[in-house]
Amino acid sequence: MTEFFGAAAVFVLAMVALGLVRILRGPTDADRVMAAQLLGTGGIAALLLVGEATAEPAIADVALTLALLAAFAAIAFVKAAAPTPDADPAAEDRA
Amino acid sequence: MIAADASVALLIVALGAWVVVARATFAAVTGFLAYGLLLTLVWVRLHGVDVALTEAAIGGGLTGALLIGAAARLRNTEAAARAERPGRLVRAVAALAALAVTAALAVCVLTLPVPAPSLAREVAANLAATEVGNPITGVLLAFRSMDTLLEAIVLLFALIGVWSVAPDGVWGGRPGPQHRLDPDGILAYIARVLPPIGIIVGMYVFWVGADHPGGKFQGATIIAAMWLLTVMAGLTDMPPISRRWLRIGLVAGPLAFIAIGLYGAVAAGAFLAYPAGFAKPLIVVIELALMPSLALVLALMLAGAPQRSDLR
Amino acid sequence: MRTALDLFTIVAVTGGAFFFLAGTAGLLRFPDTFTRLHALTKADNLGLGLVILGLLPRVDSLVTAGKLVVVWLLVLLSGAVASQLIARAQRRRETHP
Repeated sequence: MTEFFGAAAVFVLAMVALGLVRILRGPTDADRVMAAQLLGTGGIAALLLVGEATAEPAIADVALTLALLAAFAAIAFVKAAAPTPDADPAAEDRA
Repeated sequence: MIAADASVALLIVALGAWVVVARATFAAVTGFLAYGLLLTLVWVRLHGVDVALTEAAIGGGLTGALLIGAAARLRNTEAAARAERPGRLVRAVAALAALAVTAALAVCVLTLPVPAPSLAREVAANLAATEVGNPITGVLLAFRSMDTLLEAIVLLFALIGVWSVAPDGVWGGRPGPQHRLDPDGILAYIARVLPPIGIIVGMYVFWVGADHPGGKFQGATIIAAMWLLTVMAGLTDMPPISRRWLRIGLVAGPLAFIAIGLYGAVAAGAFLAYPAGFAKPLIVVIELALMPSLALVLALMLAGAPQRSDLR
Repeated sequence: MRTALDLFTIVAVTGGAFFFLAGTAGLLRFPDTFTRLHALTKADNLGLGLVILGLLPRVDSLVTAGKLVVVWLLVLLSGAVASQLIARAQRRRETHP
């Protein structure tokens, strides 16, 4: 089973690495923010799988911390991609 | 598992090279975020779960947000920065210096003694005296508590360094811009839903650090991130740095640590020694005092230097 | 019983990995931001969800299982919010060049 989890973790990481290509090529900043979001989710999945392969009991706490901070980082990225730092990135056009 | 470890190592090296080479700052910062994530995995593989927690919290969330904020502020100058090209001599000297440092590091790593010298056995033998179950917490707050005290003070100095960049006219004012957001919008929604969960998780990670991986530093980082989330969504504003409660909060933690150290000098014979039987209560008091100060320091460092004068 | 649970874990984790593949393929190949966003959230919901579902039989306590489910719910929440923000910002950018 350890080998299976190791292989699954490598596979998920490979997917995340491929997603990073989108950052390199992404024509807009939105693509880069999406790649950051994929990093967070793929990272949590890979972390849980690696933790299972290494038989580390406290891995759920690390995954919880990562989930919270990945949410924070994704929102920071969205705010940074907005036209000005204090703008509302989700502003509706109420025209 | 060899294949898994090898591919992670390869990915880290490739990502590191890419972060250096990438020209667009946004792309480089995202690559750096991925790098921190991969390092978390490496720490888990090496059974350093406390370090993995800290890497996930600081390297993943906080540093990423810090760098991306800096990249956003530098967006106007990016075209000019990309256009400049250093002369041939400068580049040659830089390449030589980088090669020299790499060679020195390689020599140091390759000539490390095998087995590596370690105090792990002494720590394991004496851990029972500290009444905590997590050896990391034992080292940080009992055997090497002096280092932790100095780190807390260094963080304060770093914060003062960040503040010193403020223009004279706005000294004492509020860090960061005024975030104006739709109070019914989606960002305000998540800034109301996530922080309560985050605060509970932060306190839990802090409390569980006595016997399992965790501790005050990781807990403080989570709480600081939640506070910054509410500020980014416009629900609260950063306080002006001249406020007395802010400054008292910043120094209260290190001062309590120093006070306990002096008490130890009187009661147990050495600065920061713990009298027998009092180790765990004193450690808990130190952690309880340090955590709010740490959360304040980290959040204020991320918010940056004052940008708006306090008009009140 | 052990082998049945192991089989369940393998099937679920493989399914999760497949959705990560689908999400990444969509992120790389779909033509514009909005369709890529759609592909990305499949990796969030189903990819991570199936992986966590597969790992649930192997945890040692109910509390840890609860923590894993909370991780999944947090990722769902932040994914939903980030998708909204990205989509609206992109639409704004397209209508106000």
